[in-house]
Amino acid sequence: MASPGPKSPEQSDRSKKYDRQIRLWGEHGQSRLDLCHVCLVNATTLGTEILKSLVLPGIGAFTIVDGHMTSEKDVEANFFLDSDSVGKSRAEIATKLLMELNSDVRGDFVDESVEQLLNNSPDFFDNFTVVYAVSLPERTLLPLSKKLWSQGIPLIVCRSFDLRLDKPFPALTALVDAINLDSMTLKDHAHIPYVVLLSKALQEYRKRHPGSHPLKKAEKDELKQILKDLKLRDENGDPLEEENFEEAIRAVNAEIQPSIIPSNVTDILNDPCCINLTSKSNPFWITTRALKDFVEGEGGGLLPVRGSLPDMTAETSRYISLLTAYHDQSQRDVESVFRRAQQLLVELNLPPDTITEKDVKHFSKHSHDLHVVRGRSIADEVDPRTANTQEIASQLEDPESLMPLYVIMRGIDRFYTEHNIYPGSFDESLEPDIVELKSIVNKLLAELGISSIGKDDLIHEFCRYGGSELHAVSAFIGGCAAQEGIKFITSQYKPINNTFIYDAMTAQSSIYVL
Amino acid sequence: MPWKRPLSGLYFSGWSVSRFEVMSGSVEMEVQSDDSPMPAAPKSWMRNAMERSGPFCLPDFDHRPGALHSVLGQIQVQFLFRRNDIGRSKAEVAANFINNRIPGVNVTPHFCKIQDKDEDFYRQFHVVVCGLDSVPARRWMNGMLHSLIEYDDDNTPITGTNIPLVDGGTEGLKGNARVILTGTSACIECTLGLYPPQVTYPLCTIANTPRLPEHCIEYVKIIQWPKENPYQCEIDGDDPAHLCWIHEKSVERASHFGITGVDYKLVQGVVKNIIPAVASTNASIAAVCANEVFKLATGVCKPLNDYVVLNQSDGVYTFAFANEKREDCLVCGRKANILNIKEDAKLEELISKLCQDDGARMKNPGLTTNVNGKQMTLYIATVPSIERQTRPNLKKTLTELGLVNGAEIVVADETSPMSMTFKLNFI
Repeated sequence: MASPGPKSPEQSDRSKKYDRQIRLWGEHGQSRLDLCHVCLVNATTLGTEILKSLVLPGIGAFTIVDGHMTSEKDVEANFFLDSDSVGKSRAEIATKLLMELNSDVRGDFVDESVEQLLNNSPDFFDNFTVVYAVSLPERTLLPLSKKLWSQGIPLIVCRSFDLRLDKPFPALTALVDAINLDSMTLKDHAHIPYVVLLSKALQEYRKRHPGSHPLKKAEKDELKQILKDLKLRDENGDPLEEENFEEAIRAVNAEIQPSIIPSNVTDILNDPCCINLTSKSNPFWITTRALKDFVEGEGGGLLPVRGSLPDMTAETSRYISLLTAYHDQSQRDVESVFRRAQQLLVELNLPPDTITEKDVKHFSKHSHDLHVVRGRSIADEVDPRTANTQEIASQLEDPESLMPLYVIMRGIDRFYTEHNIYPGSFDESLEPDIVELKSIVNKLLAELGISSIGKDDLIHEFCRYGGSELHAVSAFIGGCAAQEGIKFITSQYKPINNTFIYDAMTAQSSIYVL
Repeated sequence: MPWKRPLSGLYFSGWSVSRFEVMSGSVEMEVQSDDSPMPAAPKSWMRNAMERSGPFCLPDFDHRPGALHSVLGQIQVQFLFRRNDIGRSKAEVAANFINNRIPGVNVTPHFCKIQDKDEDFYRQFHVVVCGLDSVPARRWMNGMLHSLIEYDDDNTPITGTNIPLVDGGTEGLKGNARVILTGTSACIECTLGLYPPQVTYPLCTIANTPRLPEHCIEYVKIIQWPKENPYQCEIDGDDPAHLCWIHEKSVERASHFGITGVDYKLVQGVVKNIIPAVASTNASIAAVCANEVFKLATGVCKPLNDYVVLNQSDGVYTFAFANEKREDCLVCGRKANILNIKEDAKLEELISKLCQDDGARMKNPGLTTNVNGKQMTLYIATVPSIERQTRPNLKKTLTELGLVNGAEIVVADETSPMSMTFKLNFI
């Protein structure tokens, strides 16, 4: 499985090579990428496009599972199969050509079908970081999905027909949203950082209105007036231009929020996984619990201080001391959370290196932006008893919605299961296929208790493409799907929850929880 | 449809500033010309859609197969390069790779600046795809393609002279793509406001009250380097010795002010203005562009109308919308350009107006005019000897220079391949 290469001498070379992406997800994100092992089921055009965008940024290793032989049709649409590969194992050729992209990445392949693998070696999939399943019929997808769901391994399912696509996946792990603070533009010259000005104005406001905090527009306007009154005046009594005051007034709306814990974080702190820790709890929930204990203890109801400060018009020394104050408090808060996490590890009988101080530092810094995304299993999605029929029905009533595409794609899947061919594949059967697909879609909707959609032109359009796969459309979805995988691997940025539909005719897309 | 004609060539321009440094870029894909023998059979993977008409086709779609493999190329080219290609022209490597991997496609590389090619060069293509990394280069290409349009008596672009421009760009997890049907849809110049102004730090902050590590690096870059000139040359962001020197001096300056956080990586980022980039976003945006070229080339589906943004940081978000054409656009507007200005304004005020107005945003304009039938150079900054001669004009008022209400001045700037004429309107 994945093991990192020798680190020290290569380090600088690696950093250089991946510089532009490390600026996005940091060294800690890159090292998670180095350690991961990604599995791709089926090396179709879409499949290889996904791996392309994972091999280039340097994942540790990949494995392709594909029992198919390469056909003429594969070669025409797939950049990672060459004309000499017809008749050879698709897994083998794609692995070879993908490895050429990046010598740091190890690749191997298994030229067996998923069905065979699940039967013969059921534990095969247990050690992957992320599994991608492309063009897998429902009957094979369901057992694979159940297996991975029980192991807690993210599964990303992708499919691309003609100009329209669909990409549902059950999101599993918790994600830390690591979007950085926007740094503000700075203006030329003044003396007092606006943070100080705001605090002063706020003190004055509290003097006038004891126990209250400016929230409504009128109250904020009063605060702005206080700031204006604080400005220096010229001999005529007119206020002078002072850039830092302008900054403070502008910041009133954004910065004078009551310091409360955002609801997304409160929900996480009150989550049963956070409250009821066991020795099987993962480090995320243990750290979250440490955070909760901190908030309820020395944090005094607040999250750790972030320790960063936007740039503002100010003298160097004043700015630096302000920054130091924020930084020191943040450091103290991190230490508290870390101590509590270590305490929890002892209680749970877990090794102390399960959570390092560095982890806690990242965690605390971004604790305002914590998000947990829980997906749904594909089994729940397709079973009419658990399907999200309400969402499907209400979306279908909206003429702008992309939901009809989802329903038709489910219909095409069933068409394929029943006839072993995509609708519209042959000119002779084009018209009958349109009629058949329409009746399948209506039957599917009837099972969900929804009346027919009457989107005949869309059904016609799908049949017109006859299941053909456009390279450019696959490449688009491949790029998105690869990035979703990287989000899981690095635990940064928020993943899709849980079905993404893209219409390449208009370049519009939507996300549905299904 | 005015933009539809048989495809004889596709042109991919460079991803990098001024050279054809590719990203599949700088690649011309010669496929077949109008009078070539029967086009090659379409690829079977698209045969169905190509041969059948459908509800979302262009109205006069004529099911013409062929010309199809021209769209196989992508504007994202990282995946075409290998370690041992370092040091070779990106255009050549990309062209060779595509030619070898996909039989039947003929890619011709051009290793040069986009500005090195003339109108005749660009006129031979049916679609131009840009993966440029700077706004001025985009404006130049936009201006070039608009200059090729010929109009009929009704002021409608003559079919075939209007070459569509497909443009894409990315930064980190964000990206955008657009289709410009030249002469019909909003052009790059109509929507200059979409590009944020570049982040710059005021000089006095850098010099007197630095607070961020970036301020210290900027100081060394723009003040200390020219003063001490340690290597007797301009800064080369790729020379490790230069970066080391800047790093060392920046650390010194930062510690003097008690600022932390200057490291080598940040120095590199500031000096070279590095924009974060990731393969997946590039792949997706390149795919959107390729798909649009495919639609334009085959008429299989209506093209994008006309702009789409992509953001992959919170789920995957896309939003498509149509930009509005500016009637007074300097490039695609068919009106004379009026420049409203005070009668007693100085020439330097007029120049700064040209640089700051959202409609113009020029970089370094050169101005000439005609006074009493005589050609007169008002100011040209790019040629040192002329700059010295014309510098005194900057402080003169327009009247002192002999300019009257309604006078025409001709302006040349790096943001456009042609010069533009402005009519003065005194207010």
